[in-house]
Amino acid sequence: MTKLTLSKALNEGLRAAMERDPKVLVMGEDVGKLGGVFRVTDGLQKDFGEQRVLDTPLAESGIIGTAVGLAIRGFRPVCEIQFDGFVFPGYDQIVSQLAKLHFRSQGRIPMPVVVRIPFGGGIGAVEHHSESPEALFAHVAGLKVVACSNPADAYWMLQQAIACDDPVIFFEPKRRYWEKAEVDTDAEPAPLFAARVVRPGSTLTLATYGPMVTTCLEAAVAAADDDPARDLEVIDLRTLSPLDLAPVVESVRRTGHLVVVSEAPSEVSVAAEVAARVQEECFHSLEAPVLRVTGFDTPYPPAKCEDDYLPDLDRVLDAVDRSLAW
Amino acid sequence: MSVPPDRTPPTVEIAGAPPVPAPTREQVLAGLRATDSGDDFVQLMTPEGQRVANPEFDRYVTDVDADALKALHRDMALVRRFDREANALQRQGQLGIWVPLLGQEAAQIGAGRAMQPQDMAFPSYREHGIAWTRGVDPTELLGIFRGTDHGAWDPREHGFHLYTIVIGNQVLNATGYAMGQRFEGRVGGEDPAGNEATICFFGDGATSQGDVHEGFVWAAVYDAPVVFYCQNNQWAISEPTERQSRVPLYRRAAGYGFPGIRVDGNDVLACLAVTRWALEECRSGNGPVLVEAFTYRMDAHTTSDDPTRYRLADELELWKLKDPIERVRVNLVREHGVGQDHFDAVQAESDELAARFRRFCVELPQPAPDRMFSQVYAEGSAQVDAQREAFLAYHASFEEAGR
Repeated sequence: MTKLTLSKALNEGLRAAMERDPKVLVMGEDVGKLGGVFRVTDGLQKDFGEQRVLDTPLAESGIIGTAVGLAIRGFRPVCEIQFDGFVFPGYDQIVSQLAKLHFRSQGRIPMPVVVRIPFGGGIGAVEHHSESPEALFAHVAGLKVVACSNPADAYWMLQQAIACDDPVIFFEPKRRYWEKAEVDTDAEPAPLFAARVVRPGSTLTLATYGPMVTTCLEAAVAAADDDPARDLEVIDLRTLSPLDLAPVVESVRRTGHLVVVSEAPSEVSVAAEVAARVQEECFHSLEAPVLRVTGFDTPYPPAKCEDDYLPDLDRVLDAVDRSLAW
Repeated sequence: MSVPPDRTPPTVEIAGAPPVPAPTREQVLAGLRATDSGDDFVQLMTPEGQRVANPEFDRYVTDVDADALKALHRDMALVRRFDREANALQRQGQLGIWVPLLGQEAAQIGAGRAMQPQDMAFPSYREHGIAWTRGVDPTELLGIFRGTDHGAWDPREHGFHLYTIVIGNQVLNATGYAMGQRFEGRVGGEDPAGNEATICFFGDGATSQGDVHEGFVWAAVYDAPVVFYCQNNQWAISEPTERQSRVPLYRRAAGYGFPGIRVDGNDVLACLAVTRWALEECRSGNGPVLVEAFTYRMDAHTTSDDPTRYRLADELELWKLKDPIERVRVNLVREHGVGQDHFDAVQAESDELAARFRRFCVELPQPAPDRMFSQVYAEGSAQVDAQREAFLAYHASFEEAGR
């Protein structure tokens, strides 16, 4: 067991994957000498060389488009997009080529490419540095989309994503990069495409992912402190496409209440999909409508407004109260 | 903020040089259209079928004797024949759409026959002639246009990637592939047979795409062994080249720091020579290279297009005189004494190919109901699997109801 920040856990995960398979490449803007703006790739170019850790020209379509070509050649590229709001120049290549080549080629061309995207707000940044675009990827057939929430998952999920023969969009909660936790590098990891109950409870289910997992865990503690009878179960969805809703469905059948929490806007969101499917599967178990606590349907606001935009402990507890009072 | 009405544009002066005005429309057109001849234009056989000497490129086709030229003629004739058959099949409702290559046979056969088996090609969607040279049977192209698949051939087996329909995407994919060739040490090795190159096909319209620009940048900074082969057929559906560029396209390469060359795209011998040179440059480590094959789209953009709305018939008549197949036919007869038996044999073979092509097309089976659910993912998806099961049960319910 070692105590690692989430950023360092990703770094160690990348290192392990690169040591295991010489076909794994890391590519992106400033990932080499600088080690990435969040230092996730720190030291990798020094140890693996410039042909395995590529400081690329400043062009996101170029990063994804050449990664597709490298994957056709048999490499396993791990692309870093510097910030969530910068992925869109590469969106065409992701949607038109990366997501579709396996299907188009009837299985002849696998696309084992990982696109790492630091996402979410809470760091006081300028525009385009705090977005949560996961639904734009979860909506695209052919992609798999995951989000890690803690250092241990960061370490294992990234390695599993790299080993996956499908393209994986890998979301990293940037405001949690410097939070530390124990990482057992000898443990048997949980499957990549599986949700996990991170706090068992019996009164109400909170389903969430990425940076909001910590927020929801804090909300569960606060709720229990306030009233021990309010025993909230927290589920980290981990995989956003495909969704693994079995643990959520099982939980809601026990609690009868579901609140879905994410930073992304609510309209046509991952949270909306969870709500729709849970009501299909748990209609007779629900004692209240499924509620969502999300960012607003506005562009991400200036940093001085983000504390109001982002779901926090109070907004989560408010929704919990509304659900339980139904 | 509004611009003051009396504002005049500033005059740019560089180191005492006289200011350079923007080119006039006539000057732009002269560069784009009228320079299909001249010093920076490689032609080895005139439209009249006369072999002309070229001190720089003759050496790349010294092996092309009468038999080799007959083979190139056969390639072009067969490709044109199945291309015309496909057009007819669309008109008869057997294909949803066809993308004709009429007029571009030399540009494609020359480039395709310049490739070595170990090389890799990334086509756009009009590269039926390249497909032919890579051993992809013409019938394997049909599924895309009949709507039974998105590409039936094995790209690895043929060294011929699937068709890319989004304009310019493949330029980045080809560049990445070529980077991989370099990373694997398959460039500049002492044994030429072990060296590889990539060739990427795109049109004049694609040169406006950001992906093409990015591909040029990446290939340059990574010394990628990729030949960017632009078939300038002068029309991007209805938009002429002057809507894409002020300068002849091959000259753009200079700005990226690699060689660019313009070749007569209707001269199969010149296309073969120039592409052999370009691929060899790449294999030996001097890539990338831009080749502009100057040709003409003699048919519509696709069978859904109507060129009479945007271009004059005179233009087509002019280009018929530069037909890529006719000039080789004339040359074979006049300079190699090839008799009618060769042309009769090619005609017979063409007709057989067309008949086989047509038969294959109309007999293409309807895809199975669950086709759409297969191979979405390499490692599967419980979500897609569940949808397949539900759909098949729904589908089966009609059969049961029908009993």
